[in-house]
Amino acid sequence: MSITEQELGTPVGAEIEYPDRPEGPISAAIIAGGIGALALGVVTTLAEASTRVADGLEWSKRVGPLSGKTIVAVIVWLLAWGVLHLVYRNRPFETRRALIIALVLIALGVLGTFPEFFQLFAAE
Amino acid sequence: MSFTYREWWGLIHGMGLGALFLLAFAGGIAGLYSLRPALLTRVGVAERMRRLKIGVVAMAVVAWLTVVSGTWIVYPWYREDTPSSAKSKLLADPSTADWHDFAMEWKEHIAWISPILATIVAFIVLYYGTNLIRHDRVRKTAMLLFVLAFVFAGIAGALGAFITKVAPAK
Repeated sequence: MSITEQELGTPVGAEIEYPDRPEGPISAAIIAGGIGALALGVVTTLAEASTRVADGLEWSKRVGPLSGKTIVAVIVWLLAWGVLHLVYRNRPFETRRALIIALVLIALGVLGTFPEFFQLFAAE
Repeated sequence: MSFTYREWWGLIHGMGLGALFLLAFAGGIAGLYSLRPALLTRVGVAERMRRLKIGVVAMAVVAWLTVVSGTWIVYPWYREDTPSSAKSKLLADPSTADWHDFAMEWKEHIAWISPILATIVAFIVLYYGTNLIRHDRVRKTAMLLFVLAFVFAGIAGALGAFITKVAPAK
């Protein structure tokens, strides 16, 4: 007879406390992550397409436009998270839907950061 | 046998934080994977949840430290407008220019997606707690995001290691 972990201890089940938490805030966080990734891709491509945008994103002389790009992406992500959290905090928004939305946004964000893509829009 | 100040920071950014990142990922992903009713006992749940929380929070913190130190400390030395900077050396030779035009350009951006995703996973684990045991879909979602965070950091880390091999920042 094989020995399973459940035979060695008390099986998990009724003894475990499961706090009552809606899925909405999780979905909000997941979608916000996608929005953050997309924001990074968009500002990266915009900075390549326009020297004015690139100059405007140079918030640190030492770091260059990357300073503005990353800070903008983080701010957009946090703002999106805050807003979506307020909207979905008590709603049963399925994480499967949120994940699909986020994966599409992340894919677009990665595309925007991919040099072979954003260099197509390079300013002359 | 010694390192310069810049080389020390390169080591902290790439190897020190990189090693911690790997450890935290291994702990976090093992914790998420094993959070299944068939693998748990009542006593084991508390211990595994504690370890899981430490793993995912550590990975998020280390991911942020890595991108912030990389962008704000190491990267300015890389891109200095001097003939001896790593960027200038790479661009001076057409056979190495792609290490900047492709590798560095992608690395410096894609790395920032990693801490965002790692933070989301940390939030899911801290917020949902033991509910992850009975909601397999949410647990698998967290695992996927955790792996993606690792993949993006892995791409950035590998490209960084190659660039440092071709043109070390001194």
